[in-house]
Amino acid sequence: MKVAVVKYNAGNIFSVVHALKRMGVEPLLTDSPQELRSADKVIFPGQGEASNAMHYLRQRGLDEVIRSLTQPVLGICIGQQLLCRHSEEGDVDCLGIFDADVKRFVPLRHEDKIPHMGWNSLSFSAEDGLLPTAPLFQGMGEEYVYFVHSYYVPVCRETAAITEYIHPFSAAMQKDNFFATQFHPEKSGKVGQQIIHNFLSL
Amino acid sequence: MLAKRIIPCLDVKDGQTVKGTNFLQLRQAGDPVELGKVYSTQGADELVFLDITASHEGRKTFTDMVQKVAAEVDIPFTVGGGISELRDVERMLNAGADKISVNSAALRRPELIDEIVRHFGSQVCVVAIDAQQKNGEWTCFLNGGRIPTDRNLFDWAREVNDRGAGEILFTSMNHDGVKQGFACDALSRLASELTIPVIASGGAGKMEDFRDVFLCGQADAALAASVFHFGQISIPELKEYLRNERINIRI
Repeated sequence: MKVAVVKYNAGNIFSVVHALKRMGVEPLLTDSPQELRSADKVIFPGQGEASNAMHYLRQRGLDEVIRSLTQPVLGICIGQQLLCRHSEEGDVDCLGIFDADVKRFVPLRHEDKIPHMGWNSLSFSAEDGLLPTAPLFQGMGEEYVYFVHSYYVPVCRETAAITEYIHPFSAAMQKDNFFATQFHPEKSGKVGQQIIHNFLSL
Repeated sequence: MLAKRIIPCLDVKDGQTVKGTNFLQLRQAGDPVELGKVYSTQGADELVFLDITASHEGRKTFTDMVQKVAAEVDIPFTVGGGISELRDVERMLNAGADKISVNSAALRRPELIDEIVRHFGSQVCVVAIDAQQKNGEWTCFLNGGRIPTDRNLFDWAREVNDRGAGEILFTSMNHDGVKQGFACDALSRLASELTIPVIASGGAGKMEDFRDVFLCGQADAALAASVFHFGQISIPELKEYLRNERINIRI
């Protein structure tokens, strides 16, 4: 299986590469449109600032490439946010796969610290129309995963898992062949490894 | 709900884990990469690796170790010790660290915090503060607790917060190595005055100390070294205990 990781100016891309290697997968870190289009799976990771990242992707035509991908794609953290319509971070239009806008957390109480950083739990409540049968979360309960972010995607039609911080937000999303997590599966221990494994098994 | 974090700290000298008592005596406690993997398997939420080597050669060994940790450990980790300029931060992040901690260099030149935040984001910037309480006053120290400054702990912590640091790692020198509990009074005051998370360090001796640091000290995370390295407290037992005490913990 050929797994491509989108190479761009976001931070900490190597942690995804390491996680894949620990699972015995040798990924290709690339910004080549051909390589990305021909991969079986594409991972769009990252940590960073949205408008800089979008600017970088546009300059190299990678925005169009990512939009046109038809194989399973996994956006992680800023990757999930960039797959949305627009981000408040740098007031920038993003890739528009998910029909949602990225907002900045606004603290309501003194305890609400920004960034939201640390281990928080995923929930899949039937009331929200979410079930742990979503492909990435097969067989999982209310697992803890690792988050680091100041911006979030509100709960919307494409939400696949919810986490509560200040208010409920989209911990994971899914639409067609596009999957995304706000948390870092590559830093979420065994649970994270299972989620990556589930993605690679799609 | 966001879980409280348990963080083992590994002091690394010339590629080996060591632990000082009251910042002075050192004892061997094994290979840091292996130890880090064990802790992550046991349920540690994050790891901290502090480089306490002075030599140039030792620094290179430490960078190599950071690369190994990044390749082998699947939870977030912070590295610190001897970071004094942006170049050091960049080297550590490139080696695969998730966060870096700065201590003396930030006290000497506080603008370093702004620079790190601007270049790499606040989430990577942990500011470590070593402070000692004397005659009721909390004073910050430089160089691993060796040199006193005239900075007050709470004033400095607020400045660090306002300059955009992501977290504060506060070590009470009065409590460190003594194993009689964390500095809960100072910690809860920090929690009430700051808008960023506080990691408590110094004083862990028994499981109740962790309960107290979360409930009374209102810490977001608790860091300890020797109680974990020498097996006095096992992380799975500690987490089970804390969950039974109704503290939100990842198990």
